[in-house]
Amino acid sequence: MTAAFRSPAVSPVAVPGPSASGPAAPVLAAKGLSARYGQVQALAPLDFEVGSGELVAVLGPNGAGKSTLLRAILGLVATGGEVSFQGTVLPRRNPAAVASRGVVLVPEGRGIFGPMTVAENLELGAWSLGGGRRSRVAQERRLSWVFELFPRLKERLGQTAGSMSGGEQQMLAIGRALMADPKILLLDEPSLGLAPRVTEEILETLGVLNRSGLPVVLVEQRAPSALKLANRAYLLSLGRLAAVLDPREVQSHDQLAQYYFA
Amino acid sequence: MTSSPNIISRKGPDLRRVFPVPAQPAPRNRLAAAAPWLVAACIVGYALFAGGYPATVVGFALIYAIFVSGLNIFMGLTAQVSFGQSAFAAVGGYASAILTTQYDWGWLPAMVAGIAAALAAAFAIGYPTLRLKGHYLSMATLAIGLIAHEIAVEWESVTMGYLGISGIPPIDIAGYELAGDRAILIMLSLCVAATVFAVSRIRSSRLGRAFAGLAGSEDAARALGIDVARYKLVSFLLAASFASFSGSLFVHVVGYVSPEVFSLHMVILSFTMLYVGGIGTVAGPVIGALVVSALPETFRAFRDYQDLAYGTALILLLIFAPRGLAGLFAALDRKPSSDRGKGGTAP
Repeated sequence: MTAAFRSPAVSPVAVPGPSASGPAAPVLAAKGLSARYGQVQALAPLDFEVGSGELVAVLGPNGAGKSTLLRAILGLVATGGEVSFQGTVLPRRNPAAVASRGVVLVPEGRGIFGPMTVAENLELGAWSLGGGRRSRVAQERRLSWVFELFPRLKERLGQTAGSMSGGEQQMLAIGRALMADPKILLLDEPSLGLAPRVTEEILETLGVLNRSGLPVVLVEQRAPSALKLANRAYLLSLGRLAAVLDPREVQSHDQLAQYYFA
Repeated sequence: MTSSPNIISRKGPDLRRVFPVPAQPAPRNRLAAAAPWLVAACIVGYALFAGGYPATVVGFALIYAIFVSGLNIFMGLTAQVSFGQSAFAAVGGYASAILTTQYDWGWLPAMVAGIAAALAAAFAIGYPTLRLKGHYLSMATLAIGLIAHEIAVEWESVTMGYLGISGIPPIDIAGYELAGDRAILIMLSLCVAATVFAVSRIRSSRLGRAFAGLAGSEDAARALGIDVARYKLVSFLLAASFASFSGSLFVHVVGYVSPEVFSLHMVILSFTMLYVGGIGTVAGPVIGALVVSALPETFRAFRDYQDLAYGTALILLLIFAPRGLAGLFAALDRKPSSDRGKGGTAP
């Protein structure tokens, strides 16, 4: 079973423990997923699975292909292979259609709409739910939930998003994604450029979200914080899957460093 | 409501009702929002009163206001670039000219046919080119404008080449020809009012929110489920239809059309109007078109130095009102410590 997670093109670096084996019934399953930018192959074919209620971390140094993996799942880049979600195959090169199935990405660098207010950003988050009356009621309910998770957004509702601090912007990016009624949440380095304390706060909220049953894929450079939350971790290196780790078996920083530079 | 963009539409949840945003100091803001409209009304009012040459200048400015409002949908609301909108004005202008003079169509069906032709052309051109980004899209649209100009010159059997088409009848309503300066000015003012209404409705609709989203970040918009390619095309089509509308109005007001009307000069002038007025704002294109058209006239007394004074005035405007005149009014109203200062939030 473990072989399923390993890129066929690379020999195993780590020996995953038994709990690193995949979920019995994955919500999200990518088979032979690869990605390229023009002629450049950014991600060698790999298999990737997320089980229901799982938090899966994707780790690796810069340029390992972590962001590309998320972009490939959404279909933002040219891909090979197949991604299925909740049993149906997702369309390729049509991120809007993928997003409307509930696969929602919080992009790297947050991608918030700076000149718009917090309220307007959140409202755009609910885009895929449509503009009808029924969705309006659903949106208001989701909004109060987002404010429960991030009370600071409620205080800043009328403020332009670009004028908020980095941490608040990240909260907004996650809040906006939650407005889209995600069935799975993909986060690309939410800790980027944030103070450690703010990062902890945000990761803690992600933990809360995940425990409420939302599957999460977390791309992180700060491996230790991500491993604390994760059920499993995929380690990428130079555009290839290097290992699938069981966070409980990663004992020390040195051990992780070994994986990174092996 | 306030001077901020009202992207929250009637269709979305009324966030302000559920979680009230602290109220803005309404009277001052309302004045700031109204200021560009008051200035525009004064200029049009003066032209109506004076008649003659000022009425002609302001009439052309109002036609430009419609053209630039369309351009603003594509460039301001959707943050794309097009140097080729003059092509769609040419399609509208020539459709009206040819259909009314050679086929005896009424002005209204000819105008509608022109808009339909412009939409078809914009669809055919936009579908492949809108995949391009930034400079590549600019270059492609520039080529469209040049090609349209070239077609107008070379397709002599239809367009009469450089000679142009003359004898285009003025617009008539219920048998009454709008031929006088003032009648034309009133008709054009109503057309501009309708355009402004349409643009502000588009901006505050779900469509407008999609435009704002892809203007902010295409990837982020995609990740939220917004079909970026589709909405870019819709924005391009809207801009083209307003361009065609303004082209038709122009030929009926002037009674003549030739390729020079839709040259690169038109593109440069419309860009100046858009930036001087305030890109991304509803009032910007109107106030920009009026002020940029009136400026050279106000410097007529400088005689040989008229162009110098005009250029200096434009530079000063862009230095002291980088977000345009519509933005300037709003900025004057704001306290320096306000957090709403970052781009695109003017009326």
